[in-house]
Amino acid sequence: MNWVQMLFNGPPGTPPSVVWGYWVAAILTISIYSFLFKDNPLYKFAESLFVGVGAGYWVCLLYHETIVPKLLQPLFFPVEGESIAWLRIFPGILAIFMLLRFYPKLGWLSRWALAFIVGMYSAVNITGFAQGDFVTQIHATITTPLSSGGTLAIILNVAAILGVIAVLTYFFFSKEHKGALGGVAKVGIWFLMVAFGASFGYTVMGRVSLLIGRMTFLLRDWLHLIE
Amino acid sequence: MADGFDIRRIDRRFIFVLIFVAVAWPLIQPMRLPIDVSPPVQGIYDAIEAVPAGSIVMLGGDYSPDSMPELQPMVETFVRHAFSKDLRVVIACLWPASPPLVERVTTPLAAEFGKEYGVDYVNLGYMAGGIVTLLGMGASIPNTFPTDYGGTPVGEIPLMQEVEDFDDIAIVMEVSAGTPGTREWVQQVQSRFGVTLASGVTAVSAPNFYPYIQSGQLVGLLGGLKGAAEYETLVGAPGDATKGMDAQSIVHALIVLFIILGNVTYFATRRRQAPAS
Repeated sequence: MNWVQMLFNGPPGTPPSVVWGYWVAAILTISIYSFLFKDNPLYKFAESLFVGVGAGYWVCLLYHETIVPKLLQPLFFPVEGESIAWLRIFPGILAIFMLLRFYPKLGWLSRWALAFIVGMYSAVNITGFAQGDFVTQIHATITTPLSSGGTLAIILNVAAILGVIAVLTYFFFSKEHKGALGGVAKVGIWFLMVAFGASFGYTVMGRVSLLIGRMTFLLRDWLHLIE
Repeated sequence: MADGFDIRRIDRRFIFVLIFVAVAWPLIQPMRLPIDVSPPVQGIYDAIEAVPAGSIVMLGGDYSPDSMPELQPMVETFVRHAFSKDLRVVIACLWPASPPLVERVTTPLAAEFGKEYGVDYVNLGYMAGGIVTLLGMGASIPNTFPTDYGGTPVGEIPLMQEVEDFDDIAIVMEVSAGTPGTREWVQQVQSRFGVTLASGVTAVSAPNFYPYIQSGQLVGLLGGLKGAAEYETLVGAPGDATKGMDAQSIVHALIVLFIILGNVTYFATRRRQAPAS
């Protein structure tokens, strides 16, 4: 099978729908990247299509993955041998309340649903954050300096403690940053800059990875130029 | 600089073309640059290697198609690693788009390793609720996920007869692209139930999770495509992440070059424009 046949028929055994799916995806990918040259109708079309298809995809996904199996089926079509899950009426009612935002006269009811979500999530999250993040991280910062093996590890742990102190000093606004306090705050800025730099570096890596993913799709799945 | 060459006046499309070539060329002509394994990735590998054969491990798949280039190689390598060690895998998702993405990995790998669905691995699918679901799993995984992804009641799945809560799980590998994800697993599951937790995340979010390694809350971390490539190297199954690392390295070198050139030009221009004293 030569390259042109591969391009239009795919590897042996590939269903035509898959091949044409690759073509559509490739054309849309190129249309999106064409914006890098300059704004153009192809890009606008692909962007609008993406927004529309994306919204439709999530609506369908949430309907079939959440509303049907978690609400409608347990209420109206329970699995054989299981009783009707009456309690699910309450989240169902709250969900309807949320939609009443579109009906001004009863829009205030949506606040009940929001209040429930905010209250419940706050309660669960605060304990989890306090236990799993806040206290544990402070504990780890205090206790790890000399507990880890190796000179380099100890140096890095001490640097981490100095960094925490310096950055916290930078965010201490009750006294003017002058003299020793100003010096420590300046060190804090340096630590923050290093952290932002690392974060930016990882962001670049992430974006390049996505480009590599698209390029791999174009060169391998669509053009069959690489294995 | 009015008459001379000024890098700041370069058409930015020239840079786009360079980036395009820097990504495409290494994919077409791989250079196989060395991949060094970092301690956070080694930590995950060692933790999974230490799990006895036959144990049950959990994969938390919390991502969607937009983060597949970075996260799918992690999922694939983890499942391959688990199957090669005869570990049984329970998959649970907090993102609705995840179950079919994970299934794209498990189905071919199960065929490759001769694993049977329901006995060696099970996909419990998606459950709404985020952190509430995690807390529910701490009490009872079968009650929280009453059916698998295909709708089969968990009571009819042999593997699930041995799973009640996190005490039955040797290690959890959470692959996450956002919220709910790794942070929620650390806060709600690791800290409350003492689960051994490893994680793979997108590069953008990776710096947020390194403190969890130092505190011992994570045994290791896969950060973006680089982390996935390192893990593939350790498992001995180079895949998409490894193939992409040449391009990643070349583009990074190019960007560093641009930054240096830009700064040199900036300082040179400022010096020339400064009034003579």
